[in-house]
Amino acid sequence: MPIKVLIPTPLRPYAAKQSVVEVTAQTVGEALSDLVAQHPDLRRHLFSEDGKLRSFVNVYLNDEDIRYLSKDATPVKETDTIAIVPSVAGGI
Amino acid sequence: MAPLNESSSITLSNDEILRYSRHLIMPEVTMEGQKKLKAARVLCVGTGGLGSPLALYLTAAGVGTLGLVDFDVVDYTNLQRQVLHYTSDVGRLKIDSAIDKLTAINPFVKLERFDTYLNSQNALEIFRGFDIITDGTDNFATRYLVNDACVLSGKPNVYASIFRFEGQASIFGAEDGPCYRCLYPEPPPPGLVPSCAEGGVLGVLPGLLGMIQATEVIKLILGAGEPLIGRLVLVDALAMRFREMRVRKNPECPVCGANPTIKDLIDYNQFCGIRGEEGEAPTGAKIPEIQPEEFKRRLDAGESIFVLDVREPHEYQICSIHGHLIPLGDLPKRIHELDSSREIVVHCKSGARSAKAVDFLRQSGFKHATNLTGGILAWANKIDPALPKY
Repeated sequence: MPIKVLIPTPLRPYAAKQSVVEVTAQTVGEALSDLVAQHPDLRRHLFSEDGKLRSFVNVYLNDEDIRYLSKDATPVKETDTIAIVPSVAGGI
Repeated sequence: MAPLNESSSITLSNDEILRYSRHLIMPEVTMEGQKKLKAARVLCVGTGGLGSPLALYLTAAGVGTLGLVDFDVVDYTNLQRQVLHYTSDVGRLKIDSAIDKLTAINPFVKLERFDTYLNSQNALEIFRGFDIITDGTDNFATRYLVNDACVLSGKPNVYASIFRFEGQASIFGAEDGPCYRCLYPEPPPPGLVPSCAEGGVLGVLPGLLGMIQATEVIKLILGAGEPLIGRLVLVDALAMRFREMRVRKNPECPVCGANPTIKDLIDYNQFCGIRGEEGEAPTGAKIPEIQPEEFKRRLDAGESIFVLDVREPHEYQICSIHGHLIPLGDLPKRIHELDSSREIVVHCKSGARSAKAVDFLRQSGFKHATNLTGGILAWANKIDPALPKY
């Protein structure tokens, strides 16, 4: 089903400057696969070489971190939103 | 949430009562609340973008003791957003500039000065004298340091961070609450996320996030409202949209979990992978460099050198040395525009991006690619002072 993925500012240059990308998926894992299929430049920013999600990038299904749900296997419904929230440090 | 401090021995003078009257008449504050504020001891780590609104408003609110940690000097480019500092302060220590303004706003606040670089040797000792810590720093190493020191000291860390026009805010290290490592166990490798100097920042953004931090500090002291414990607020200032994510305490967190493995402060530069070397390629090979003076000499001698500028188009609009513009991110796709048999001098703003470009070109078979040391800033300083610097 179609579902929205929110792209944070640091990653927008690799997603054709979009802040929201629509993907088709039944699970969070499928959503992220579709996302990097549409925007291959995003892959190395989201995943390490062994295909795991980078530890300084968090993925939320609505307001819950997928680490505390079923990770990649977390099912998604049409009204859900996936948000990618990377670590940033600016403050000065 | 229980309020923080023993305030029964605190008194307010008639002047203080008049000063804080707008607080005292609020049921959420009252005399008792204002006394809690006066009894509170808050440490602001950083007096820049986030630290400016934090320190200003906490001082105005009557926080009794405000510690300030900053080793940095006011720079002209800070004035766009670090509102604690004036044009006349450029060149001064930020902490001295801060103390002058804060004293003028509220002489009842006791200001404590730490013009030092916060590190693993001094953090726990400095934190000892305070109840709440605010993180207004600008790099991952210090953020992990502040986090760990707060957890080890048992003190809450009121956190915010910004990037361009987005920000995050939360409270870490509160009792039974998550810490920063619960949210992000590891930092990104160096160079992946640009700093404010490289990525830019909307001047008003740290103002917005610093105010969220200041609000949370006040709430913690008063024991009022719902603090951002276990909650991550995400602000998109361009859309003016606020979202909230749940932050769970990680039972296996190495510093705040049930079986912590980190019981002392570590080497945070090492943890964040920072080696502190300039111009070194990811492959470890030394990048060939050319100094601005040598470059000028060779251009004047009529040598045929191709100048490649790897900055962004909006930077080119500010100033240029008429190089061929290919932004660093586009270089792989546009490498066919370059002739590998030619001498190519690559530059960016200060030499870091162009070093990456030269490394990439060399690995792609461009044997004559060289990095302009110090970038267009060094060119402006040494060769062409009429060129605007930014």
